[in-house]
Amino acid sequence: MSQTKKELLVDPLVDNNPITLQVLGICSALAVTSSLQVAFVMALAVTFVTGFASMFISMLRNQIPGSIRIIVQMVIIASLVILVDQILKAYAFQISKTLSVFVGLIITNCIVMGRAEAFAMKNPPMASFIDGVGNGLGYGLILLLVGFIRELFGSGSLFGVTILQTVNNGGWYVPNGLLLLPPSAFFVIGLLIWAFRTWKPNQVEEREYKIQQVEAH
Amino acid sequence: MSDTQSPEPKGAIAKFLAASPDSVGKTIFVAVAVCLVASMVVSAAAVSLRPVQEANALKDKQVNVLQVAGVYEPGINVTEAFAAFEPHVLELTSGDFVDDQFDPATFDDLAAASDPDLSVALDDDPAGIGRQAKYRVIYLLRDDAGDLDKVILPLHGYGLWSTLYGFIALENNGNDIFGLQFYQHGETPGLGAEVDNPRWKALWNGKKLRDDAGDLRITVAKSQPAAGADFYVDALAGATLTSVGVDNLVKFWMGDAGYGPFLAKLQAGEF
Repeated sequence: MSQTKKELLVDPLVDNNPITLQVLGICSALAVTSSLQVAFVMALAVTFVTGFASMFISMLRNQIPGSIRIIVQMVIIASLVILVDQILKAYAFQISKTLSVFVGLIITNCIVMGRAEAFAMKNPPMASFIDGVGNGLGYGLILLLVGFIRELFGSGSLFGVTILQTVNNGGWYVPNGLLLLPPSAFFVIGLLIWAFRTWKPNQVEEREYKIQQVEAH
Repeated sequence: MSDTQSPEPKGAIAKFLAASPDSVGKTIFVAVAVCLVASMVVSAAAVSLRPVQEANALKDKQVNVLQVAGVYEPGINVTEAFAAFEPHVLELTSGDFVDDQFDPATFDDLAAASDPDLSVALDDDPAGIGRQAKYRVIYLLRDDAGDLDKVILPLHGYGLWSTLYGFIALENNGNDIFGLQFYQHGETPGLGAEVDNPRWKALWNGKKLRDDAGDLRITVAKSQPAAGADFYVDALAGATLTSVGVDNLVKFWMGDAGYGPFLAKLQAGEF
């Protein structure tokens, strides 16, 4: 791999973002972004899991038999996720209640599996760890952007601190209830993808089909 | 692999590590080893963190009792405030306290639900709980003069994905609802999990369980039933099955199979 460590860390933030470019990990991005606090904890959890899962898998990469490699990867990832879940239950009980099943579902987050299979199986542990952390941060960046928009305009607050006083609490701001529902994250992520691809046109994929111009005879 | 390896691996372990990972022996070895290490890590974490988690869960439950009774404020001493509540073990069928048989402070009514001696299997089971404990721990809150102010009753039942565990607080007449709150559930975040939304919980305040004829009328529905607004809580938008679950479990626990006998005695002024 010719990429430097800095590139491994920074690339997934914008240029190769797992959500906006690879469109992975959307399910949890819809569910946990209605408030920034929850999105932040989820981002940390995913970063921890992708980083260490990639590192451990990379350490074992020469020993993992090809026939059961996906299962071995899953065992390592699942153990780390359970570890995170247990720690959250012990030290961040309220947040773990809000995240509920979504911590457990990090196991099925395509970003973690994707990095393990595409990068960690072929690269040394340190590079894999940085690559995992970078992808976790790229995921977290989008989560925080989406959470910022959804919490600010959906409940008029950021990190639970009131910014726009809502009508229900005697203020002037009429919150947009749609933004608190999971489908709104589709719109926000869609707009983010549009913004990213306008900023970096090389992210735009080639069309699979083109209407052919046939010259008239 | 570009790793530099010595051409002649020495010793059994080195030979084993250098062997092709795709041989049958190595496949089995790696599978067993990874599983062993992973299970040790997971169980070590689970065992060592359990006391902290249990303390959290207990405190969370106490906070919920305080909240449903309307005495919780952020920053108060939970243990101290909780001491004002009088716990009792209630026999559901008779509606009497059996504090002489069980210690209210340590009796675990949820564990009792799976003990054949302390529970009954339900044939008619609208709340979806399978077995019902014969005894439940309830809390009485008295005012400064020692008169009964509120009763806090635990209830649980199945929603869409999960069993919802919560408390209902009733006024001293045993018919007016002061509040309903769930402390544990696994409903969909943003939809069914809106049972935790303060605005929805506020809807319960001031509703009545039974009409003047003594029929159980409280209902969670999408539109107001004929019985009137006093008995009607608007269902959660986008969470039909969770709302149906809440409706069922409140009706079940407030009915004759639940706290009915106790509430009748409460209304007669026995406590």
